[in-house]
Formats: sequence, C-alpha cells, structure tokens
Amino acid sequence: MENFKTDFEKTLKNNNLSEKEIAFKNFNAKEFSSHGFPNRKDEDWKFSDITQIIKKEIGELNFYTEQLKKGEIDKDILLNEIEHNKLIFINGQLVQIDFNSEDKGKVEFLDNQNNIDEQLADNSLINLNNALSNKSYKLLIKKNYQIKKPLIIYHTTKSELTSQNINLKINFELEENSSLKLIDLVKDKGNKNFINIFYNFSLEKNSIFKNYKIDQFENDNIRYMFNNIKQSSNSVSETFYLSKGSTFSKNEIFCDLKGEHSSAFVNGIFSLNKSKHHEIKAKINHLIENTKSYQLVKSVLENKSRSVYQGKIYVDSNAQKTDGYQLSKAILVDETTEFNAKPELEIYADDVKCSHGSASGSLDENSIFYLMSRGLSYKEARELLINGFLVEVINQITDEPIKKLIKNLYGLKNEY
Amino acid sequence: MREKELEKLKDYKYGFSTDIENFKAPKGLNEDVIKFISNIKKEPKWLLDWRLKAYNRVKVLKEPNWQKPKYPKIDYQDLYYYSAPKSFKEKPKSLDELDPKLIETYKKLGIPLNEQKRLNGIAVDAVFDSVSVATTFKDTLTEKGIIFCSISEAIQKHPDLVKKYLGSVIPITDHYFATLNSAVFTDGSFVYIPPGVRCPMELSTYFRINASDTGQFERTLIIADKGSYVSYLEGCTAPMRDENQLHAANVELIALDDAEIKYSTVQNWYPGDKDGKGGIYNFVTKRGLCKGKNSKISWTQVETGSAITWKYPSCILQGDNSVGEFYSIAITNNHQKADTGTKMIHLGKNTKSKIISKGISAGFSDMTYRGLVDISPKSSNSSNYTQCDSLLMGNKCGAHTIPYIKNKNANSNIAHEATTSKISDEQLHYCQQRGLNSEEAVSLIVNGFCKEVLQQLPMEFAVEAQKLVGISLEGSVG
Repeated sequence: MENFKTDFEKTLKNNNLSEKEIAFKNFNAKEFSSHGFPNRKDEDWKFSDITQIIKKEIGELNFYTEQLKKGEIDKDILLNEIEHNKLIFINGQLVQIDFNSEDKGKVEFLDNQNNIDEQLADNSLINLNNALSNKSYKLLIKKNYQIKKPLIIYHTTKSELTSQNINLKINFELEENSSLKLIDLVKDKGNKNFINIFYNFSLEKNSIFKNYKIDQFENDNIRYMFNNIKQSSNSVSETFYLSKGSTFSKNEIFCDLKGEHSSAFVNGIFSLNKSKHHEIKAKINHLIENTKSYQLVKSVLENKSRSVYQGKIYVDSNAQKTDGYQLSKAILVDETTEFNAKPELEIYADDVKCSHGSASGSLDENSIFYLMSRGLSYKEARELLINGFLVEVINQITDEPIKKLIKNLYGLKNEY
Repeated sequence: MREKELEKLKDYKYGFSTDIENFKAPKGLNEDVIKFISNIKKEPKWLLDWRLKAYNRVKVLKEPNWQKPKYPKIDYQDLYYYSAPKSFKEKPKSLDELDPKLIETYKKLGIPLNEQKRLNGIAVDAVFDSVSVATTFKDTLTEKGIIFCSISEAIQKHPDLVKKYLGSVIPITDHYFATLNSAVFTDGSFVYIPPGVRCPMELSTYFRINASDTGQFERTLIIADKGSYVSYLEGCTAPMRDENQLHAANVELIALDDAEIKYSTVQNWYPGDKDGKGGIYNFVTKRGLCKGKNSKISWTQVETGSAITWKYPSCILQGDNSVGEFYSIAITNNHQKADTGTKMIHLGKNTKSKIISKGISAGFSDMTYRGLVDISPKSSNSSNYTQCDSLLMGNKCGAHTIPYIKNKNANSNIAHEATTSKISDEQLHYCQQRGLNSEEAVSLIVNGFCKEVLQQLPMEFAVEAQKLVGISLEGSVG
C-alpha cells in the first residue's frame, strides 16, 4: 500500500486535473487504500483470492505509469484474418486509432472525457481504476449507424514491462438503432503485471452490441476486466469469453436490463492448464417486464488449473415475465483440477421462468471407448470429445465471420 | 374479547402459554450463570470446564452476518439461560409425579405422555423450556439396549459415551451460535443404538418454549453404532408473544459402520403475527457425521414456523461408501424469513449425496436456499445430485437460490438444477372447476409440489405435515 500512496500522489501531481476530478480521484484512492485488494473474505472473491495471487505471482506492484514508453507497434500482434477498425494500447497507452472504414461523423472517439462517473458499490478494483486511470476514453456510435467492420481493441504490453499495474477505462455509448461489434484481443509480451480494465456501456433503444473477449495467448499476467452494461428497451447485448491464456483472469459482467424486451447473452469458455486460475462472474439484473437473459459457461480443466463461475440472476418485483437461464458445465480432465460454481437466483416476482443448472465431472469413459473401438487413438478420442463439448459455446456466437475467426484462433477445424 | 382470542388461536393453534411457576437462572450471560446451570444439573467437572472454554470463545467470536435475513441485535444479557417448571427442582421419578399442568399442555399439543393411551408406538422425549420433562416407552427400549433419555440424564448415567461424542461433530470452536449453545445448553435428547440393533419404534422429541424472555438452547446427540438403524422425529411449538425469542439448538449425529440415521423435523415455532411482530428466531446448527463405512444419514425437514429460520442440516461423508440425503420443504408467509439448505462434504471414497429442496414463499416473506456441495480430492467416484425448486405467490415475496459447488475430484460428478415458478392459472382453474375452493386448490397443488419430500416422512408425521402445509398458506391467495 505504501507504493500505492506515493504513486497516486505522483499521478495527481503530473496530470492537469480539474478540482472535481481531483476530488473524485481522492475519494477513490481513499476507498482503495482502506480496503486494499479484495481477498477471500469478500463474498465476490471467495473462490479467487486476488490479494494472495498478486502476492505470490508478482509481489510488489508499481502504480505510476507516466514514465512508461509506448514504443513501436510490433507487426506480429495484428490480426490479418479479418478486416477491422483498431484501437491499439501498448503498456496501457493509446498508440493508434483507426476507424478508416467507417462513415465520417458516425463514429466518434474522444479521449478528453471528464473522468467522473457513477460509483459501483463495494468494488475496490474499480476504485483503483478510477483513482489511477489518467484518461477516460469514450466511443460514441451515432443514431441509426451500424458499424461496418468489427472494432478490435488490442491490449498489449512490451516485453520489458513487469510488476506494473495498468488501468484502463473506456465508456461506450450506442445511440438509438446503432450497433457495435467489439473484439478485445489480449496479446501480452510483458510479464507479471496486473491489468485492470473497466468498460461502461450504455445501450440505447434498439441498439445491438456484441463483445468478444479473447485471451488465447499464453502469458503470465493477472487480469481483471469489468463490463458494466445498461440496456434500454429492445436492445441486445452478447458477450463471449475465451478464457485461456493468462495466469489469472477474472471477467466480471454487471448488466442492467432497464428497458422492456431487452436481452443479454453471456457465453464463456474456460480452457485451462498449467495451474491457471480463471473466473467469470456475471450478474444480470432484470428490472422491468419482458426481459430475457441467457448464460452458458463451459470449462475444460487440466494440470492443476482451476475455474470459477459465479452467475446471478436478479429479478425485481416489477420484472414479471422474465426469462432467465443459466448453465455451467465442467470437465475435469485430471485429478489435480478444481471447478467451483455459485449459480444464484434472487427472485422477487412470481410470474417468471428462471432456472439454472450446473454439472461437473470427468470425461465420459463410454464415449471414449466408443470412439476408440472405431479406430481413434485415446488422444484423438479425447480431443474430439473436448472440442465437441466446447464448440457448443462457440456456436452461440451470432456473427459468422467472428465465429470463424474464433474457431481458427482456438485451433478448431471449421467442420465442428 | 374472547372472540378475538379465539380468532388468534385459529391462526396458530399452539399459541397458548401454560401458566406454570418457573424456576430461572438469573438473567444474563456470564460465568456464574454457566456455573449455575452446570451445578443445578450436577454435572461433572470436565463438562463445566468444557462449557467455560466454549464461553471464553463466545466472548471473542462475532455473530455471522452473511445471511440474507437481517435481525435486530440480540441483547444476550437480557435473556434467561435456564428456565424450568418449579416442580422440577427435584426431577419427578415417574409420570405420576409430573405436574398435571404439564401433562395438560402436552395433551393440548397432541403429544400424550401417558404410555397406556398411546396406540402408534412412538417413544417421546418432551422438552419444556430448558428441561426434559418426560420420556416414554423406556422399558421397551431398555430391553434392546437402546438408550433414549434426556442429555442431562445421559451425562449422569452414561458419561463415557457423552464425553466421547459430545462436540465431536460440532466442536466448541465452531461459529457463534453453536459455541454459545455449547456454553449454555440446558437439555435435549440423547440416543444411543447398540451395534446391530434396529430401533423398533420411532423416537421423538417434542420441544416447547413456554416462558418469556428465555432462549432455548437444547443439545441433541444421536449415536448409531455399527449396523444399527434409528428413525428420529422432532417437533417444535411455542406460545404467541410479541417479543422475539431465540432458539439456538445443536444437533449432532454420528453414524458408525453400516449404521443409518433418519432425522425428521417438523418445525412449527410461532412465526409472528401478520405484521411480522414477535416469533421465534430459529438459529440451529445440525450436523451429521457418517463416520463409518457404508453409513447413511438422511435429514428431512418441514419448516413452516419461526420468524427467522436459519439452519443448514449438514452431512460430513467421512466413511467410504457413505450416503447423505437432505429433503426439505420450507414455507414462508406474511413476514417470515428463511435461509436454509444443507452442506454435503464428501471426504470418503464412493460417497453419494442427494439434495431435494422445495421452497414456497407467499405474502411479504423471503425464502433462500443456500447449500454447499464440496467433493474433496480424495473422494473418488463420488456423486451429488441437487434439485431445488421454488414457488412464488405474489410479487411482494422473494425466492432465492444460492448454491456453492466445489468439485476437486476428476472422477466425481455433481449435478445441480434449480427452477422458479408460480402456480399457474390453468392448474387453479382446473381444481376450482371441480369444486375445490381456491385455498383447497392451492393446498392441493402445493402438496403435489412437495410430494417428493413428504414421502420421506414417517407416516404419522406426513399427515400432520400435509395439513400444516395447507394451514401455513391460508390467506395467501385470492
């Protein structure tokens, strides 16, 4: 915490901030220093004690970021399979903005936003983010505009970066009838950093928002991503997680369905090995009649890895005719793995259809036997079953080119 | 005036109180009171030391605060920790010496203590406030070597057994209320079934809180030795009072090799009035240990009473091939709150557990199922199946499901399902069309919803429980 205090003061001094912003940052810094990193005594972090994980994996963190060099964009991080718009962050700093394929004036990217927004209660990592993120970006999609190409946000670090905390905050606003496809691509070269990303989304009437978070490539960073989504009537959000590469990762989604006929879909894959520990925590709040949510999360765990799924469906007493569904499944491939789940329902309305299911266990020996009796090797049979298990989640993706891209990235052949 | 009282009685027919002179320990919680309790029960020194050790821990412990139902702070110094009918200063030797008022009370409750009049052959241990007042059918049981008596008596007569097992499942280092109970427990039942004996009748305890300002802290200890079987029933009621009363019991079950314990509860403590005034705080710790191989513990509960119910009957499946089961119906109406469920902790190989939970909430009430299934790395080939269904009546009440699932073993399977729904208009319409009024229709549908659990209850209890389900929901529709 000593580091945090001095680094926070340096950050305040070296940025030109309005009085309001200073007050906001001071407040958040105070909240963070009084609580510190969450630990397992916090119900939300019961299964993933990030205090211990940071201590073990990183040790002391640096919080001051001004001195960090951006450096050149390494060509090998760019994705060539798909045409796209770009935002490239290196070491937490924005180095490239590219919306060339979009109509002029329809997409705005602003980087001098007032860095003040509503508080999310009891989340010290968001406090940390608010205190230290020195810029707040905003992406605005104008009314009736459907973005043509997906936007890829590259989250990259340089190989010399280590023991650093990086905070990034972006607000997204989708005006009426607009749409956005967003891919978050993690490509880290630095190691043992703590990366804290906080997104706010405001989805106006009839807007469509799709977010694919891809953490596919091996890295030993610790990552926390928070999506805070507010949905107006008839809006749709679709969030997909491929949770694989980082040493530790926690993806949190907090979604308010505030308008009638709005719906939220959350799908996720954990494919873990080598002592990795990943978590998805989803809270969907049905606040009004006729809303829908659907969650599907699958894990395949090997070699001392561990996955956690905490999903909660909240139904307000006004939210009659809610349709909420939640399913989590896990295959524990070997003896050293662990799957933890806490699928919650909190319901205050009676005319609703809500259910959840959770199942975990080993690979089905009978199916392996069946495949082997037809000439596959044990390894092939296992792979076929696991891929078949996971591809169900990928097939939920509604955007065909992106579905294909993710299958490719994951190494699945297209016939799945 | 009289009519008004009658009206009151209709709502909660066990709401009367018995006018009987009480003998109480001084108010408050301190070492002297614990010594007083221990002294009056003529307990050996080791037990007093044990109590004091628990008390010292209570002083540093904090009440847990993670539960959903919140309650006003309890002033532990403003409670009586021991209350007994005055005629009990010297315990009566037989039923004939029992205060007729007590016999009358139990008669009103439908628990005849008079053995000759019993037809259905259930041995009863009746606990009135802090003390056990009578145990029936002792001779029949003694013949088989079964020990069924109050725990105070067991401490005197079977100290070895008590010393060996007391606190072995719920240690004094447990959570606040369990430890408080260890410090001040007053009475409760003790059962020991010798090896290879199948208990020929249902054993039953009836708990009654009568005095005001008292907390009831009973302790039940059931040991099923190798290859034995016992079915145990527990029922509870309390008078209607405006203040909230605390009930913090501990129940410990131990099943050795090949033994089976079936524990059924129909909990109907006073739930408070329509506006949520008064009622019992039912903060109970129940835990069973399947210590031996092939042992089995099965919990069945019907929870309709109490202002706040907060309990998780649990199974620790230590022995290989052991089995744990939990069947629960929890009904909350008016301003009642319940946070209940179970814990299945799998430690042995090939262990199995099953959880069926049915929650029904109506009025302004709040119902939470909270459960833990934990399969440890050593517990190969284990499995769990959980099903929890909730039924809501109206949009002023809440129904919540909070399962914790931890699978640390690749050869074990956990399956969990939960649904939330309401009584459909079609179902109601169908029943009403055939001549049932709306309340009968609801009662019928709810009983159908609960069928899987009701089937687990012993016959006499099942009938009572079915009626109770109907009564508890009266006035919640239409």
